[in-house]
Amino acid sequence: MEQLLSTFVRSIFVDNMIFAYYLGMCSYLAVSKNVKTALGLGLAVTFILTCTLPINYMLETHVLKEGALSWLGADYANVNLSFLSLIIFIAIIASFVQLVEMIVEKYAPALYASLGIFLPLIAVNCAILGGSLFMQQKAFDNVGVATVYGFGSGIGWLLAIIGMAAIREKLQYSDVPKPLKGLGITFIVTGLMGIAFMSFSGIKI
Amino acid sequence: MGKLFSSKNKEVLFSPLSKNNPVVVQMLGVCSALAVTAKLEPAIVMAISVTVVVAFANVIISLMRNTIPNRIRIIVQLVVVAALVTIVSELLKAYAYDVNKQLSVFVGLIITNCILMGRLEAFALGNGPWESFLDGIGNGLGYGLILVVIAFFRELLGSGTLLGIQVVPQAAYDFGYVNNGLMILPPMAMFVVAAIIWAHRAKNKDLQEN
Repeated sequence: MEQLLSTFVRSIFVDNMIFAYYLGMCSYLAVSKNVKTALGLGLAVTFILTCTLPINYMLETHVLKEGALSWLGADYANVNLSFLSLIIFIAIIASFVQLVEMIVEKYAPALYASLGIFLPLIAVNCAILGGSLFMQQKAFDNVGVATVYGFGSGIGWLLAIIGMAAIREKLQYSDVPKPLKGLGITFIVTGLMGIAFMSFSGIKI
Repeated sequence: MGKLFSSKNKEVLFSPLSKNNPVVVQMLGVCSALAVTAKLEPAIVMAISVTVVVAFANVIISLMRNTIPNRIRIIVQLVVVAALVTIVSELLKAYAYDVNKQLSVFVGLIITNCILMGRLEAFALGNGPWESFLDGIGNGLGYGLILVVIAFFRELLGSGTLLGIQVVPQAAYDFGYVNNGLMILPPMAMFVVAAIIWAHRAKNKDLQEN
């Protein structure tokens, strides 16, 4: 329980996907113009991360890792398929996004219309594949921790994009030097938010 | 040769270096541009890897562009890219293990580098293999250029070295010069990119947003 809680808090604040690793910057920059769409995208990313991380974790520990196939018998104990992990992870993520897209299209057409093109593009959001790759690197103890890590990373990403969208809505009324308008000032604000989030990194949990 | 390098193809190859730069103008591939630039060496390796992957992915998708069903094209593109990235990643593990360690997950993340999807969607799906190859090389180089500039300033000011070689003389430290440790930390990359955008847009006024 303690481990779950600390993984959750760490993945939101200390290892924040955007401010510590800059993952998912592209959609973060493109979609943070108003809070409502930012919230929709953030929720979708959180959902996909929470669903794909446990699947990829199971695949990693039971199929891909060195010696992971030993449950098939002694012959397979030395098989190491880890070079396939990139393709498998991205295939799981892409097909999952496709699945979610179809389900949302069928049962919640209003939500589908409001998310538009961003829904299929979640497949290429670095934060999602990044979550799976960090999971591989960190070698979590069990599938519960991996799920919590995915959920926490999603929430961290959601927090960052909503904060940014709120600031950008206000920024429209301020007098920014012309060459910095739009993209430039967004980078500077993200940097300042990143410095603020760095103060969490001293926390030992 | 004359036909291979017509003026249109030259435009395709060179415009991504400045006025159509993938990072500071098209806003693609920002994630890795920021994350691997604390030192010059990984930045150069990353730039080469991305250039190779984007050029070959462009060629392959361009060759298959008339046979891919529209509905599943994203998955097809991802599989092609993932296969190429796996090859690059295994090569790096074999021949440049230290750099591969420093780049950690960011080699794998080339798959989701927006430059790849952006160029595949916007260019390779509608153009022939040779143009697509040039477009891939051009965009890879444009991306690499920004990476190298950011990494140059971050390593010089942050560690006083370039490619691991000490360039700030010991005498300067004796006089009380101190490396700016902040430059190595993640958020500073944002400010360096913002400064590049500022300089770039001050020069190219038509890129400014209102």
